Amino acid sequence: MENVDGRNRLWAFVILGFLSLLTIVSYSFSEYYIYLAAYLWFGFVYGTCLQYGRFCFSSAFRDLFAVGVPRMAVGIMIAMVLFGTVSAFVTATGNSTFHAAPYGWHSVIAGLIFGVGMVLTGGCASGSLYKAGEGNVTAMLVILSISVSQAVFVDLGGWLNALVPYSWHQSAVAKGLPPQINVGDGWMDQYLAGYVWNQPVASFADLLGLKSPFVATYVGNVLVGIVLPASVALAAVYVLWYRKGYLRKRREEGKPLGGPGMELAGYWSMIAASKRTAIAGLALGIAAGLHMYVMKGLQLKFGVENFGPLMKELGFTFGISAKGTVFDPGYWYVTTQEAQWVGWVFNKLGWDNMHNIYFGLENGIPNPLVNPADWMSLALIGGAAVMALLHNEFKWKNTTREHATWAIIGGMLMGIGSRLGLGCNVGAFFVRVSQGDVSGWLFGLGMIGGAYVGVKFFNWWTERKMAREMAAFEF
Amino acid sequence: MKFEKKDEGLYRLDVTGYVCPHPQMYTKKALEKMKVGDLLELVFDNPSSGESIAAMCDTVGNDVVAKDTQSGKYIWKIRKAAA
Repeated sequence: MENVDGRNRLWAFVILGFLSLLTIVSYSFSEYYIYLAAYLWFGFVYGTCLQYGRFCFSSAFRDLFAVGVPRMAVGIMIAMVLFGTVSAFVTATGNSTFHAAPYGWHSVIAGLIFGVGMVLTGGCASGSLYKAGEGNVTAMLVILSISVSQAVFVDLGGWLNALVPYSWHQSAVAKGLPPQINVGDGWMDQYLAGYVWNQPVASFADLLGLKSPFVATYVGNVLVGIVLPASVALAAVYVLWYRKGYLRKRREEGKPLGGPGMELAGYWSMIAASKRTAIAGLALGIAAGLHMYVMKGLQLKFGVENFGPLMKELGFTFGISAKGTVFDPGYWYVTTQEAQWVGWVFNKLGWDNMHNIYFGLENGIPNPLVNPADWMSLALIGGAAVMALLHNEFKWKNTTREHATWAIIGGMLMGIGSRLGLGCNVGAFFVRVSQGDVSGWLFGLGMIGGAYVGVKFFNWWTERKMAREMAAFEF
Repeated sequence: MKFEKKDEGLYRLDVTGYVCPHPQMYTKKALEKMKVGDLLELVFDNPSSGESIAAMCDTVGNDVVAKDTQSGKYIWKIRKAAA
C-alpha cells in the first residue's frame, strides 16, 4: 500500500474513524449498543473481503456462461465449505442462530427470478453493496430498486388477491395469526402462511437421520450437504470450462497429457487460479462462522433471543413486530434490512404497512438508526470503500440511461425473487447451503438457470451493439 | 461503448462507465472478431471486470501484454494469440 494516493488514505481513515467513534460513543450511552456494533464490524469485514476478492455471486454463474471464467464459482465454494466447517461447531454446541427454511419448487422459481435480475444489474445483492462502496452509482440504484420492490411487494393486495389459490387463502386464515395481521388480504401473506409454511423443512443431517450433534453437523451438513455437492459442482466446472485451457497450457509447456494425476493437478490449478478470490472466500467463510458465534454469545450475555427487547430498553418502541421482535438474523444477511428502511420511510409517509406478515409479524420496521442489520450493510459499504480507497480503486462512476434501466428492472426482479425465496444470494443460498439447509441448493439451482437466461439475453444485446460499432470498418 | 480500428491490426475498445458483465462480454466479442496477432487496447473502469478479463485471457490463451492504471481507469493491451 506504499503508493496509496494521500487523499484516498485520508478518506479511508475518515471512514474507519467514523465507525470506531460510532462504536465507542454508542457504547457510552448503553452497553446494548455493542450488539449493533458487532453487526457493524462483521459487516465491515464482509465489505473488505468482498471488495478485495471482487467477490460477487452473480459473477460466479454469469461469468461461466458469458466468458467461461470459473474463478468466482471456486471462491464461493471455498467460502461455503469454510463457513460450514466453522459454524458446524457452533451448531453442534447448541449456539447457532440459524433456522432452516421450507423447501420446494418455490425455492427454485425464486432463485430463477433472482438469477435473471442479478445478471441484468451486473451484481448480486451483496455485490451491489460492495460496488456501491467503490463509488458505483449504478450499484446504488440497484440497492434502491431491491429495497423499494421488496417493501412494495410484501404489502400488495387488492387485485393481486385474485391470483391467490383458494387453498392458500384457507390455509393462511386457518393459521390463527394475531388479529392485527390481516393474513387473508395480500398476495405475499397468503403465499407465506398458505403455501410456504406448509412445505417441509430439513437439513441434510435430518434427511440422513443423523442425531448425534457433531456427526449430524460435520458428516450430514458439512460433508454430505456442502463438501460433496461443491466438489461435484466444481468437477463439472473443471470439465466444461477449465480443462481445455489447462490442457493447452500443459501442451505449450511440453508436459505430459492424460492420467488421473494430471486431472487432479488441473483441478487444483483451477482452485488456486485466483489467489485473491480464494483468500477472500477463506476469510469470508471464517468471518461468517464467527459472526454467528459472537451474536449467540451476545444474546446469552443479555438474556435475549432477539434485539427487539433491547431496542425497547433503549427507548425505541416504534416498528417492533407483533411478536416483539425485529429483524435480527444473527448472521450475514442483505435484503430484509433493505426492505425495512424503505418500509420505515413508507410508513412515515403514511403507508400503513404493519399489518402484513413480513413487517408486522416477523421483522418489524425499526428506525434504520437502530436496525442491527442496517448497521451491518452500511459498514459493509464502508469496508468496501476503505479497501477500494487503499488500492486506489475508488472512483465515482455515474450511471447511464442504459445501466439505470437494467439496474431498476434487475433490482426489482432481485427484490421479488428475494421475498419469494425468503432471502437473496447470501440469505437464501450462501448461508443456507453452509448450514446444510436443503432449500439453499434449490435456490442456487434456480440462480444458475436465471443466470443462463440473463446471459443469453445480454449476449443478444451486446452482439447487436457490437455489430453497430463494427459497421464503420472491416476486419 | 466504443470499438474502433486505430490501425491495421490495432483496435481500441472503450467500455469506461460500464459495469459487469458488459466489459468482459464486449472484450470477448472484440477478441473473437480480431485476427491472431492483432492487438486490442482495452479501456475500462470496473475493477471486478479486470479479474474476469485476465482469467478469460489466461483460459483462452490470449496475452495481456500491458496493464496500466490511471486514477481508477484501467488501460490494458491484449494480444490475440489464440484462434
